[in-house]
Amino acid sequence: MAEIRKKGFKELSPIDVYMLLPKTNCKECGFDNCMAFAAKVVNREINIKDCPPLLTKQFKKQYQQLSEMLKPAVKEITIGTGEKAVKIGGKLVMYRHEFAYFNPTPIAIDVTDEMSEGEIVNRVKQTEEFSYVYIGQTLKLNMIAIRSTSNDPEKFKAAVKKVIENTSLPLILCSFDPNVIESGLMAAPKSRPLIYAATKENWREMAELALMYDCPLTVFAPNDLKLLRSLTKTLLEYGVKDLVLDPGTFPTEGLADTINNFTIIRRAACKHGDELFGFPIIGVPMTAWLDKSDSPAEVVMWKEAYLAGMLIVRYADLLIMHSLEGWVLLPNMILRQNIYTDPRKPVAVEPGLRTFGNPNENSPVMMTTNFALTYYTVASDIEASGVDSYLIVVDTEGIAVDSAVAGRKLTAEKVAEAIKESEIENKVKHRKIIIPGKAARLSGEIEQLSGWEVIVGPKDSSGIPAFLQQKWGK
Amino acid sequence: MKLLANRPEKEIGIKLDPMLFELLAKFQEIELEDVEMDVGDLEIWLQPSATAISQITPKLITPKAKPTTIIEVEFTPPLEQYPGQIVEVKLGATKSEGGTRGRNIILGGEKSPAFCMFENPMPNPPVISLDVFDMRIPLAKAVKMHVAEVMEDPAAWAKLAVEKFGADMVTLHLISIDPLQKDTSPEEAVKTVEEVVQAVDVPLIIGGCGDPKKDLAVFEKVAETFSGERFLLSSITHDMDVEKAALTAKKHGHVVLSFTPMDMNLARELNRKLYEFIPKDHIVMDTTTAALGYGLEYAFTIMERARLAALMGDQELQHPMSSGTTNAWAAREAWMKMAPEWGPRELRGPIWETITALTLLFAGVDLFMMMHPAAVKTLKDVVNELLSGHSGRAERIAEWITVRT
Repeated sequence: MAEIRKKGFKELSPIDVYMLLPKTNCKECGFDNCMAFAAKVVNREINIKDCPPLLTKQFKKQYQQLSEMLKPAVKEITIGTGEKAVKIGGKLVMYRHEFAYFNPTPIAIDVTDEMSEGEIVNRVKQTEEFSYVYIGQTLKLNMIAIRSTSNDPEKFKAAVKKVIENTSLPLILCSFDPNVIESGLMAAPKSRPLIYAATKENWREMAELALMYDCPLTVFAPNDLKLLRSLTKTLLEYGVKDLVLDPGTFPTEGLADTINNFTIIRRAACKHGDELFGFPIIGVPMTAWLDKSDSPAEVVMWKEAYLAGMLIVRYADLLIMHSLEGWVLLPNMILRQNIYTDPRKPVAVEPGLRTFGNPNENSPVMMTTNFALTYYTVASDIEASGVDSYLIVVDTEGIAVDSAVAGRKLTAEKVAEAIKESEIENKVKHRKIIIPGKAARLSGEIEQLSGWEVIVGPKDSSGIPAFLQQKWGK
Repeated sequence: MKLLANRPEKEIGIKLDPMLFELLAKFQEIELEDVEMDVGDLEIWLQPSATAISQITPKLITPKAKPTTIIEVEFTPPLEQYPGQIVEVKLGATKSEGGTRGRNIILGGEKSPAFCMFENPMPNPPVISLDVFDMRIPLAKAVKMHVAEVMEDPAAWAKLAVEKFGADMVTLHLISIDPLQKDTSPEEAVKTVEEVVQAVDVPLIIGGCGDPKKDLAVFEKVAETFSGERFLLSSITHDMDVEKAALTAKKHGHVVLSFTPMDMNLARELNRKLYEFIPKDHIVMDTTTAALGYGLEYAFTIMERARLAALMGDQELQHPMSSGTTNAWAAREAWMKMAPEWGPRELRGPIWETITALTLLFAGVDLFMMMHPAAVKTLKDVVNELLSGHSGRAERIAEWITVRT
């Protein structure tokens, strides 16, 4: 394969890192020796800054070499300050199976400088409060994008002021007019917003602003990768170090260009060591609203929703959206969580016996798989039922019930074995096991192999409380 | 240079007025990157007193001239060449080909990862097959509202799928044959297939119930009766009599879906078994689809890996890929009533299926088995747009900043 790699990420071994460490096994980092520390560094579980001797003058050169060696293909850029600051980019690889993706795509929601104060405050509040609990994590929105629809510096300044009075979420200031941007920057001192955007017309003024206010800067060159690359080169030479690339999000006509451009930029950075494209990419699903014409709002929101999904999968490091509808945002926040899960760690819980409440010898015995999401969902539904119960968690290698049945990861043999290993037979007098409705196919075989009577439970665990009350209460 | 600025002043060995120090710290941050000066050097420079600043300023600044015009750089798209290619599999046979279908459909043929159109065109567009069941089954409300009239008439259901919902193909799921359901006979299954064959002329996928013995018995009967139709038999699994299934398909001119759990080795293994009995271009593969939020990332990554491995030359994975995208409806967020802020399930459900499909489109799926008309339409529109070759108007999208919503 004709693949030119400047510095392949995969080639990096713990030895490469070890060679540049102090090699004194001083344990100051908390590990037994430098080799163990090096292995953690290569796995990105620890930062080289956690090696105190490396930070001394003596090892300055080695520290710099290591920093260079570990530098991600896509630069990591911080927007905002304080607790809610977001980091974007920092990608080491093009495909998640090559390692893992870092810095889940933040989603920014827009406001404009022509909205009423009430509307601005309301949208900011909604953005702040939007949350969904999924596998024990709270999914949130991350930023506010302020658009100058008025092109009036004073109005923009007032809008920025209103926003920062109401939130500490990081900002994106959006206008192609440097005067407007500057007045926004003055209204948001030291908050390190992202400036959107430098173009082939305004790049010098925008570069000056980025330097003066120490802010990251977006480079906008719609569907012109040569210009995008030239602008990036120019801005770097100008001294602006933190750039974000926008090759343009075309919502309908030109969608192919968008997908091509995002892919080309990421491939150039990750596979060909192109440093000029080694910056985070911003996607703007909000462009769906350009096409609205006479369409009902739902149609535009629908387009914005699926555009966001496509861009999360195809390398966007940051998104700007308009819809605050739950059905638009929820699938994308879950998709982002999914895609950014570390593929090196299976999303599974420990198999074995769990108890809920204070079960006794007459309590129900249920069964499920060890896919984390399945387990947490079932557990919360059993808790909601208030019935003291046992739950046997079968090792399906972290696969959900229906896929595990189809893929033979959940079999009667495994269930029978899990029943035996759980020693549940010493804990209850009865011999009845409730299995998930989606595993109904296994009933007969489970009965044969385990000698237990199988009761087929609901297909979705949300039916557990009613099921237990109706079937087990009697 | 934050290093220096953060160090206690006494270490630097001088005492500065706080404001001056701040200025200096900022100054150093800017310049030291360019001149590569050592912390040690700076200590010397700064002694003995802060007045040194005015003297060092001209020496430290070695300003690079800021560009005044855009520095033009070249850009060559990062093209790659792949030693492998996905085989093309033909579904459905027309009259001249020995069947009765109005057209056939070709899957696969890719020479590049999915939708790397800058590198190689997509040789055949991904295809959508709509689900039709041979008996009434529980369906999500958002889906049921579109098919309520035809749920007990597979032929009418198939017609609706093709004529109204724009399906390229139809998957007839013979779930009533399940010994745990109605346990209907292979002969009855043949009758249902006949009705659907008469009702629509698109290529067909014949789906079993998941019981390897019963499915094989039905596949044998259907394959023989509809010899030459080039149905896709869905599916062949490890626990089936693979030899018998493959030989049946081959003998009667059908093709097979090789279905495995999310594991590349199991996929390779089953394909290897199949090669003993049936040509490679008679096999479509499916490594299992999990719903958005319910393991989609596993499904996505296995497919993406399998496709890249195939292009890199892994002979046993060079097959078009199929996805049971309907599995998206297993996510409770897709069908359950939720608090009002999450929107009506009539929208949540189909967007769930749409995003599940689009995610897998980029992993390399060639054949989508789907359920909801809105999800089907969106996927079709997106694929058509991606393959249209139309460019967008750059000046137009710049207007997103000022658009009034």
